[in-house]
Amino acid sequence: MIGLNLVYAVAGIAFAIFALLSVRDRRFANAAFYALITLSFLFGDMLGDVANGVLVLALVGIAASGQMRRAEAVAPAEDRHGAKVFVPALVIPAVALLGTLAFKQVPALVDPKQATLVALTLGTVIALVLCGILLRARAAEPFVAGRGLIDDIGWVAVMPQMLASLGAVFALAGVGEVVGELIGAVIPAGSVIGGVLAYALGMALFTIVMGNAFAAFPVMAAAVGVPILIRQMGADPAVVAAVGMLAGFCGTLMTPMAANFNLLPAALLGLRDKYAVIRAQVPTALPLLAFNILLLYGMIA
Amino acid sequence: MWVLAGIVVIAGGFLLRFNPLLVIIVSALVTGFAAGLDPVRIVATFGHAFNETRYVTAIYMVLPVIGLLERRGLQARARTLVAGFRGATAGRLLTGYLLFRQVTAALGLTSVAGPAQTVRPLVAPMAEAAAERQGGAPEDAERVKAMAAATDTVGLFFGEDIFLAVGSILLMKGVLEGYGIMLEPFQLSIWAIPTAIAAFVIHGSRLWWLDRRLSREGRGAR
Repeated sequence: MIGLNLVYAVAGIAFAIFALLSVRDRRFANAAFYALITLSFLFGDMLGDVANGVLVLALVGIAASGQMRRAEAVAPAEDRHGAKVFVPALVIPAVALLGTLAFKQVPALVDPKQATLVALTLGTVIALVLCGILLRARAAEPFVAGRGLIDDIGWVAVMPQMLASLGAVFALAGVGEVVGELIGAVIPAGSVIGGVLAYALGMALFTIVMGNAFAAFPVMAAAVGVPILIRQMGADPAVVAAVGMLAGFCGTLMTPMAANFNLLPAALLGLRDKYAVIRAQVPTALPLLAFNILLLYGMIA
Repeated sequence: MWVLAGIVVIAGGFLLRFNPLLVIIVSALVTGFAAGLDPVRIVATFGHAFNETRYVTAIYMVLPVIGLLERRGLQARARTLVAGFRGATAGRLLTGYLLFRQVTAALGLTSVAGPAQTVRPLVAPMAEAAAERQGGAPEDAERVKAMAAATDTVGLFFGEDIFLAVGSILLMKGVLEGYGIMLEPFQLSIWAIPTAIAAFVIHGSRLWWLDRRLSREGRGAR
């Protein structure tokens, strides 16, 4: 069955070419970093947990050495292909969209859980072929250009994956239960607004710390949502769960811990201030958090 | 209580501007030690999770296409296109994108757009070109680009939970089942709609303000 195996193979090949191009240009720290990511994509399942952990330590070592270099500046391109240049750019989302719908019809062939990622991979490959046909790009050209982009992103590229993995260690160590107990202890008994505030702000704050509302939800549900809001105050479980999760999403908008949503776009867009995207999101996140608190309070009281 | 030391390491490490990857791994070790885990177990747990979450990093496979198109004038072309629309402003353009992102995410199409797929190659350069035409100062370019990325994220977050089969809905259902509370995904997703509308109104108003600011600067410059 086609699923993540295809996605990882294509991603692994892209990083392998980035690594080879880096070796050619004698940028050895970058080359080693991309080679390790290649190893993880292509052979991660065969390595075993400890070897994967050692691979992570090596990635961190290279990143912390400060030897990784940014891309050399390229002169801004002029508009020489006309609207044709949009075709491959639009093919990626179009194939991702149509492919997602089509692949769900053939669950035996394509893993339905990964339909969008598989379709996105297919769209990328088709776009790459179109670059050759429509724009007459030589085979190596996209990878040279893509290497420039990944060099500018640098080690931030693996930060989202690293933070997700930290979440697994936090879960094993029981960090969530401890935080939940602390928050549960500060609510005045019988106060609806106290319970709602502790639950919604707890979701947002815990998400800011963990970078992920998914990690916060089981904790806050156990500490406040289920025992106090649902059982004690008789709130509708659907409202408590759905609105609480969205309060957590408001926290995600405000934290560097959610690197893939907040730091990665800043790196990808080449912004001077790496927190610029967070700064742009906070004025939306705070009123929206207030809205969620009011909605929750209105549905309970 | 000691397991919270890892959170202190994260906050302190980010604040003191150590390499964030180093901060993350040290936080994992400190947390693990505080919970009485041995080093090998900590490294193995981290490695296992890292291997399971590779799909997060797989998105970079689009970079060769985006990089090539940029070197062939994609962003320049996006600017030319926007210059042709008379009524296009940065705020209106991003409001349209916000709606598109919320609606597609609500249909479960979360990976159709994103910072790498759409914001860098298309949305940010278009918004930047529109802002320039409105008379925004050069230093506004950074703000407009950041706003483009922010709009993408807001649209995704407050659209996706309307879709039934998204991860967060399944997580909520699973957690509540653990307490003997049975819910259908539909009951949860319907409660994502009020906040989705509020998100559109709040972020849309900010985009309207952005337009006002840009054109005020434009008038001041003349």
